[in-house]
Amino acid sequence: MHIDENTPDAGWFTGTLEATVGFLRAGSLWPVTFGLACCSIEMMATGTSRFDISRHGSEVFRGSPRQADLMIVAGRLSNKMAPILRQVYDQMAEPKWVISQGVCASSGGMFNNYAIVQGVDHIVPVDIYLPGCPPRPEMLINALTTLQDEVKKQPLWQSRRKEIAAAAEAAALKATPTSDQFGLLR
Amino acid sequence: MSTTESFTPTGAFTEDPDAAEYTVNGGDWTDVAEEAVRLGQQRIVMNMGPQHPSTHGVLRVMLEVEGEIVKEARAGIGYLHTGIEKNMEYRTWTQGVTFCTRMDYVNSMNNEHAYVLGVEKLLGITDDIPERASVLRVLMAELSRIASHLVAVGTGGNELGGTTIMTHSFTAREEVFRIIEMISGLRMNNAYMRPGGVAQGLPEGGVWRIRDMVTKVRGYVDEVADLHLKNPVFVGRTKGIAKLDLAACMALGVTGPVLRSAGLPYDLRKAQPYSGYEDYDFQVPTSTDADAYSRTLLRMEEIYESLKIVSQAADRLEGLGDGPVMVADKKIAWPAQLSIGSDGQGNSAQHIRHIMDESMEALIHHFKLVTEGFDVPAGQVFQATEGPKGLLGVHLVSDGGTKPWRAHFRDPGFNNLQALSMMTEGGQVADVVVAIASIDFVLGGVDR
Amino acid sequence: MTSGNEISQVAPEGRTLINVRTGMFGATGDTTGYDLMNTVVTMPGATERPYGSWFDDAVDILAELLGDKADEAIQYVVVDRGELTLHVAREHLLDVVRHLRDDQDLRFEMCLGVSGVHYPADAGRELHAVYPLLSMTHNRQLRLEVSVSDEDPHLPSVTSVYPMNNWHERETWDFFGIVFDGHPALARIEMPDDWVGHPQRKDYSLGGIPIEYKGAEVQPPNERRQYR
Ligand code: SF4
Repeated sequence: MHIDENTPDAGWFTGTLEATVGFLRAGSLWPVTFGLACCSIEMMATGTSRFDISRHGSEVFRGSPRQADLMIVAGRLSNKMAPILRQVYDQMAEPKWVISQGVCASSGGMFNNYAIVQGVDHIVPVDIYLPGCPPRPEMLINALTTLQDEVKKQPLWQSRRKEIAAAAEAAALKATPTSDQFGLLR
Repeated sequence: MSTTESFTPTGAFTEDPDAAEYTVNGGDWTDVAEEAVRLGQQRIVMNMGPQHPSTHGVLRVMLEVEGEIVKEARAGIGYLHTGIEKNMEYRTWTQGVTFCTRMDYVNSMNNEHAYVLGVEKLLGITDDIPERASVLRVLMAELSRIASHLVAVGTGGNELGGTTIMTHSFTAREEVFRIIEMISGLRMNNAYMRPGGVAQGLPEGGVWRIRDMVTKVRGYVDEVADLHLKNPVFVGRTKGIAKLDLAACMALGVTGPVLRSAGLPYDLRKAQPYSGYEDYDFQVPTSTDADAYSRTLLRMEEIYESLKIVSQAADRLEGLGDGPVMVADKKIAWPAQLSIGSDGQGNSAQHIRHIMDESMEALIHHFKLVTEGFDVPAGQVFQATEGPKGLLGVHLVSDGGTKPWRAHFRDPGFNNLQALSMMTEGGQVADVVVAIASIDFVLGGVDR
Repeated sequence: MTSGNEISQVAPEGRTLINVRTGMFGATGDTTGYDLMNTVVTMPGATERPYGSWFDDAVDILAELLGDKADEAIQYVVVDRGELTLHVAREHLLDVVRHLRDDQDLRFEMCLGVSGVHYPADAGRELHAVYPLLSMTHNRQLRLEVSVSDEDPHLPSVTSVYPMNNWHERETWDFFGIVFDGHPALARIEMPDDWVGHPQRKDYSLGGIPIEYKGAEVQPPNERRQYR
C-alpha cells in the first residue's frame, strides 16, 4: 500500500484491496472484555494510561462478543468456565482472532490439576500464545502488534480460499497416515 | 445438583407452581416483553454473567426481576476455581507462597502475609523474624492494600460509566507498582514473602523512591477523590444504595470496609496486631451510613492511612540500615540471596561461587532445602489477618513433612459475596452493579 | 506400607493419626529391607489442665452450660501453638456453637467458615470439619473440630446459628463430601453441578480430568512425575 505524500492535496493512495482491508482491520482490533484471572488485571492495566493500548487501535473493549474481533483469553480457564468461553467465541463475528495471555491460558501453567483446562487451545483455536505469569503489559502490546502483522497479511476471497486449500493439503501430506498411528485415537 | 436428602429447592421462583417459567437468554427486549405477556408471567429470570463487563470477573448472578425491581438475586461462583488449595498439598511450604499469591490477585502481598505468618506459627519461629523483614512485609502489604483499593474504586467507577476514574486510579496504581517491582522484581504475583522472612531487602535508593511515590500517589488519589466522590451522578447512584446494616453484617460474617461502613471499627491490624502493626500510627476509618457511597469513601480514606504506614515503614527501614531479612536458622532460611546481574534478577554471584567453588556442604544444603524443603512439625494453626477486603484467614495442617497436609483459605470475598442477595433484593436492576462493586471481591480469591 | 511387622499403626488415644511413614525418605518407602523404620505421625494430642491463659475459663463456662452433656460433647481439648482446639461430638455440635455464640462470657459472634481435612489413615474418623470461631467482643479465637467417618459423613449444619457458614458448608460438601444436615440448599458451589467426586479428598488425584475436545486424556500429574 502506498500513500503519496508529495503531491499537494493528495486525496488518494495506491494499493491492493487486500492490503487496504488488512491495514484497516489490523488498526482496529477490538477485544472482547473477557477477563478471567490475574492476567486480566494486566490486560486492564494495558488499557490505561501508562501503557495505553489505544495507541494501537485496540482500546475499545466490547462487552458484547458480537462487536469484537479479538478475544484475549486473560487467565486460567476452569473446566466450569470452558463451555462459556467457547460460547463467547462462537458468538463473535468472523473474522476473529484469539490471543492466549499467560501460561495458564496457554498450557495450564502451574495449575496442573483437576480444575483447570490445560491450555485454551483445547477449546478455541489460538493465534498468539503469550507466555508470562502474568505477561507484562508491554508483552501484551507486543503480542497485539505481532497479531496485527499477521492480520495485515491475511488474504481475502479467492486467494484466501486457495491459501486455505494449500495449507490443508500441506498438512495432510505431512500428517502420519492412520495406519501408522498408535494410541489416543477414538 | 447434589444428591443429598437435605437439598430443598427455594421455591421462590413463582407463586403459581404451574405457571411457565420464563428465562431470558438474550435477544431483543421487545420480544422478551411480548413473550412474558403471552405467558402471563410477571417475573423474569435473568442471567448476568459469568462473562459480563461489570461483575468483577467471572461471577454469575441469577436475577429474578419484576419490571425493574429485583425480587431475588443469587450468586453463582466457581467459574474460576483453580484448585490452589489442593495444588499446595503437592508442593513444599516455601513453594506454597507462589500459589497463594495468585488467589486474590489484586492483593498478592496480603495473601502471602497471612500464609507465611501461618507457616511461621506452625514452625514456632514467629518471634525470630528479623525486624527488617517484618517492616518490609508491612510495607509491601500496605502497598498491596493501596493497589487493591485503587482497583476497587477505579473499576467501581468504570462500571458506573466513569472510565476516567479507572484510568486515573490505575495511573496511581502504576506508581505503587513501580515500588513493588523495585523491591520484589515483579508487578504482580510476587511470591516475595517466604516462611522465615522475605526474599530480599530494599535496593539502593529505595527509601527515597518510596517517599517520592507517596507524594505522587497522594496527589493522584486527591484527584480521584475530587473527581469521583463529588460527582453528582456517582453520589446519586450510590448514596443509600446497597445498604447492609450492622446486624446483617454480623449475621453474614461480613468484614472489612463493608463492616466498617456499618459502624463497627473492627480491624485486625488493631485488634490482633501481627508483624508489628501495633507500632504504627494509623486510624481505622469508619462510617455509619452502611451504603455503597460510604464504602467507597472508606476505601479512599484507607488509602491515605496506608500511605501513612508506608511512610513510617520507609523511615524505619532507613533507620535499620542493612540487616538480615531471613531468620538466622539455616535449616529454614532460604539459602540463596537474590541480586540483579547483567542478565536480570537471580541468585547472587557470590552465593553461586560459594556453593559451586568453595563448599560442598553448602551445595548439599542448598540442594536439599530448595528441592525437598524443610520439615514442619505436625499440627494445625489458623492465622487471621486484615486484608483490604476483610478478614483473610488461613488454616494450615502439617503432617510433619515438607508439604502442607491441608491449606485452606478463608477469603473475605467468598464470605462477603453471600451478602449480595440481601443488598440487592427489592432494589433496582441497575443497582446490582453498584452492590457488586461496593462489596469488592475478586473472583480469584472467592473461588481459589 | 510394609506388612507383617508388629509396629503399631494406630494412633495413641485422643490423637488424630495422619500417616504412617515407612523408610527414611518420604517418597520411596523403605528401601533398606529392614522393614521396621515406621514413623507414626499424629496431630498433637489431648492437653492436660491447666490450659493456660483464658482457655481454662472458657472451657469451664462451656462445660457448665452444657451441664451433664459436657463430658460427652467435649471429647478432648488440645492446646497447641497458643491456640485452643475443642474436639466436639457431632451430636452436640449445635448445642456447643449456640452456647459459644450466646453466652456473654464466650460470645463468639463469628464463625470463620469450615475447613474440611481428610485423614484417610484415621480409621472411623476420616473426615474432620474444623470451625475457627472469632469473638470480637473478647478478642479471642478458638477452634472446634468435629470428625465423622467415611461411611457416615453427616454433620449438623450450623447455619441456624451462624448464617454466614452457608457457602462455607457448601464448599466443604463440594470438596470433601461432608453432608451438612439441615443446610438450606446443600448444592455444589465451586465445581460444576454434574461433577463426579469430591476433589480435595486425599484419594482424589490432583489431575487427570479428560478433556473431550481431542479425545485424549491428560495423565494425572502424580503418575507422570513423582510429587510425594
Ligand atoms: S498466567 Fe499467571 S498471572 Fe496469568 S492467570 Fe495464570 S497465574 Fe494468573
